[in-house]
Amino acid sequence: MQTIEAVLAEHPFFRDLEPQWVELVAGCGRIVHFRPGEDVFREGEPADRFYVLRHGSVAVQIYGPATGGVTIETAHDGDVLGWSWLFPPYRWTFDARAVIDTSAIALDGTCLRGKCDADPAFGYAMMKRFAEIMQRRLLATRLRLLDVYSHGVPR
Amino acid sequence: MASLAELPRAAAAAAPAAGPLVPRVVRVERVHRETRDTVTLALRLPPGDPALEYRPGQFDMLGPLGTGEVPISVSGGAPAAGTVEHTVRDVGGVTRLLCGLRPGDELLLRGPYGTAWDAEDGVGGDVVLVAGGIGLAPLRPALLQVLAARDRYRNVVLLYGTRTPRDLLFSRELDRLRRRRDVVLEHTADYAEAGWRGRVGVVTDLVGRAPFDPGTTLALVCGPEVMMRLTATALVDRGVPASRVRVSLERAMLCGVGLCGHCQLGPLFVCTDGPVVSWDTAAPLLVIRER
Repeated sequence: MQTIEAVLAEHPFFRDLEPQWVELVAGCGRIVHFRPGEDVFREGEPADRFYVLRHGSVAVQIYGPATGGVTIETAHDGDVLGWSWLFPPYRWTFDARAVIDTSAIALDGTCLRGKCDADPAFGYAMMKRFAEIMQRRLLATRLRLLDVYSHGVPR
Repeated sequence: MASLAELPRAAAAAAPAAGPLVPRVVRVERVHRETRDTVTLALRLPPGDPALEYRPGQFDMLGPLGTGEVPISVSGGAPAAGTVEHTVRDVGGVTRLLCGLRPGDELLLRGPYGTAWDAEDGVGGDVVLVAGGIGLAPLRPALLQVLAARDRYRNVVLLYGTRTPRDLLFSRELDRLRRRRDVVLEHTADYAEAGWRGRVGVVTDLVGRAPFDPGTTLALVCGPEVMMRLTATALVDRGVPASRVRVSLERAMLCGVGLCGHCQLGPLFVCTDGPVVSWDTAAPLLVIRER
């Protein structure tokens, strides 16, 4: 069975991260599993971790009284889920629910924030990785705001 | 005296030989409703009409009798056997009339026009097709061409984005594709209700991890222009040469033969130099603002 460190080292999010830093991250991790329909986290709860998905699918949802749960995006093998642990007030802003059997590594946010503060070079490397994810998701959100399939030139 | 609606039909029927601007009168053989606003029309060419030679990616001008015309890409059929399919989305005007046609109705067709995907250029390597919304329709003949010679290609990947899960075209065919081990199909919807078990997100996000070797890949991209720009950029960022990324452009095409100039885009007439062009040609043109 692979160690958490070995799993993280192969994960796209941690690719090219210094081995000693991968070891640091692994020290804050534990393996978790979710059954279909099981909550990964819920809006308003303390965001004290993030998830590195190994296998499965997780729906990020927001609940509205008129709409019920609406899926905003889904996360899959190789994705990283959650960045609310990085910024005060450290609370989830969406719900996340497993769609199918999902295995992940949960990384303790408090533990990691402490290590980032203690080693700014490590903290910068981590922040760059999260900033890239945020940039990609912001682009995706903007693209969806354009609603291109509704207003695009038809054929 | 012929009514106004009958005049084009009479003119088409009187045409002794089909020139590039002469429409044919064709009959709707079948109508398949794909989604709430999109249908696929299977058209029967007239008996005795010389078989048209369609290449995947080309388009026809279609017009219900007595109305205007619109360019619609060929989405399938067996032209050699006298049938051709077009998938039409109802966005009002002529497209609404086309979507309202029933089996047995007649309409005018002229074409085929334009350039093709030339998927055979991908033989020996990977082929990646990226479709957005109704953009799957023009790609379908290329996909069928590749599947008909599946052993001549390495990985075959179809990445498909729709607005919602309900907007999926050719859903039965896609179900069959999902069961094939020699094709990778990833579908994502921009929006979905909570019960949806598939992906939610934009199609461009699928490019990063799709299983293809950029060095041997031929990529065919069709969808709204913004989607094509971002997808082509993502493909190039992954290492696919711009000359091996092809997109299908859309402009206001009227004559279809490069005479009227309505579809001019920089130095191109999209109707004759396109609609399919390589990304190294298209990229600098798509930043030109139209007035």
